[in-house]
Amino acid sequence: MEWEVVIGLETHAQLQTKTKIFSGASTAFGAEPNTQACEVSIALPGVLPVLNKEAVQCAIKFGLAVNAEIAPRSVFARKNYFYPDLPKGYQISQYELPVVGKGAVTIQVPAAGKNAAYEKVINITRAHLEEDAGKSVHGAVEGMSGIDLNRAGTPLLEIVTEPDMRSAAEAVAYAKQLHELVQWIGICDGNMQEGSFRCDVNVSVRKKGSEKLGTRREIKNLNSFKFMQQAIEYETNWQIETLEDGGTIQQATILFNPDTGETRAMRSKEEANDYRYFPDPDLLPLEVTEADKAAVRANMPELPEAMKARFEAQYALSGYDASALTTSRALADYFVAAVDAGAEAKQAANWVMGSVSAKLNAEDKAIHDSPVSASQLAQLLKRIADATISNNAAKQVFEAMWAGEADVDVIIEAKGLKQVSDTGAIEAIINEVLAANSAMVEEYKAGKEKAFNALVGQAMKASKGKANPAQVNDMLKKKLTA
Amino acid sequence: MALSIEDIKKIAHLARIEVSEGDAAATLSKLTGILGLIEQMQAVDTTGIVPMSHSQDLSQRLRDDVVTKVNLREEFQKNAPALGNGSSEPAVADGLYLVPKVIE
Repeated sequence: MEWEVVIGLETHAQLQTKTKIFSGASTAFGAEPNTQACEVSIALPGVLPVLNKEAVQCAIKFGLAVNAEIAPRSVFARKNYFYPDLPKGYQISQYELPVVGKGAVTIQVPAAGKNAAYEKVINITRAHLEEDAGKSVHGAVEGMSGIDLNRAGTPLLEIVTEPDMRSAAEAVAYAKQLHELVQWIGICDGNMQEGSFRCDVNVSVRKKGSEKLGTRREIKNLNSFKFMQQAIEYETNWQIETLEDGGTIQQATILFNPDTGETRAMRSKEEANDYRYFPDPDLLPLEVTEADKAAVRANMPELPEAMKARFEAQYALSGYDASALTTSRALADYFVAAVDAGAEAKQAANWVMGSVSAKLNAEDKAIHDSPVSASQLAQLLKRIADATISNNAAKQVFEAMWAGEADVDVIIEAKGLKQVSDTGAIEAIINEVLAANSAMVEEYKAGKEKAFNALVGQAMKASKGKANPAQVNDMLKKKLTA
Repeated sequence: MALSIEDIKKIAHLARIEVSEGDAAATLSKLTGILGLIEQMQAVDTTGIVPMSHSQDLSQRLRDDVVTKVNLREEFQKNAPALGNGSSEPAVADGLYLVPKVIE
């Protein structure tokens, strides 16, 4: 029996505002407990929420970035439930009329094993503004839980997708893309350790070819892409095994345990899910005009899609290269800085996606932590372009720069990597090689093309790899046909 | 729509309101009356009318993103509820509000 997994994501992105969504209390991370919990945050009787303009603008920015409909009129609603970290007894959210409607994100799913990389459009159902809850702290006092309401009221944008993903790899690719996008447009710092970007993943399975969705289970609060991958894979297998053994899937909220790599049910959703939403009478409808949208648009950075198109046109890059370079703004900035510092664009693209990315991945570093700056890389590529060093020698220089040596020319000099382009010197080497390998020369003249490559190899070896390969090729060909 | 006593108990539980057996019957008849009124209103043709989400025909005013609140934790925590274990002291420790242990 062939099964298909169906995945949808709900992502909570904490918006980068100075203050809370409904009050002027600071949202700075890491403050002493409850020092940023004002009367609105702790829900003293009689307080009223006043909506933060910046939070609304962040939501509009996101909507514009995913080509979504932005509601001219949206409504805040109360989501009612009881929990100690929610002192009002309800969370202010948006329900029937969210600020951001249908949109879409195009993801790049990386190659895996035999499967080639591919692009896929993931549809966004909606994105709505809401407030975060506080935090429960356990263990401070025996038998009690401590409540810190500093986080209560922090603005969140909850971004909901259609159930469009069909593998853990697609879900992770979407989450990574969204993570880059919210940072790109400057609405979220993307810090997953601090909980600024958290994903809930809805997973269900069905027989391949079936149109009907299976019963879903929701994996809550995943704060790393690695855990997301593991959790979805485990959950998918668990659901398939359960169904194949004749069992049924109950709708449930589940947690992933990174230590065991397993998922387990948190609570039955049936009762807890009755949130009895209704419009919050403390807040008037939110209106967004065309002028509001235009003002936000005017302050938006160039978006990845637009930058990709520009890279293809301006730098004559392939669509693949342009996509890869615009997966993050920092990577794109690094590439542009290298080109601006004199590197040839195609070569800079190859190096940024090749040696630089490989090193960064191996050391789990971000591009802005690269020990080799964009201008250093440009300097190195200029030395390849002006034939001072070969591509192979450049790799050695790059290694040395990565290890902390700064100056390209000093490294080339110190390591003796300078390429020999002096015609006289190369001619002398070739003459020696031809004299010492007369058998090969005969073979070549008899029509064996391979012998030519062997002779080039001998000449390169004789020059200790320093001869300019292009020149060796040219000169050797001339000599042999003379 | 007909409500049952079970519905009343469920709604009361969700709202964390204690409703005695005796009160439940009275509440049932009151809520049934309210639903009857809503059914009457639903008979009105509202085609083309935008649903009202607020009684005032205004739009939300927005606040600039500027910190205006100062730390009043000590004042607020003087008013924190007591634990209910006979002590009248506010249940706070290390700046945290204390509640009976919650475990998910």
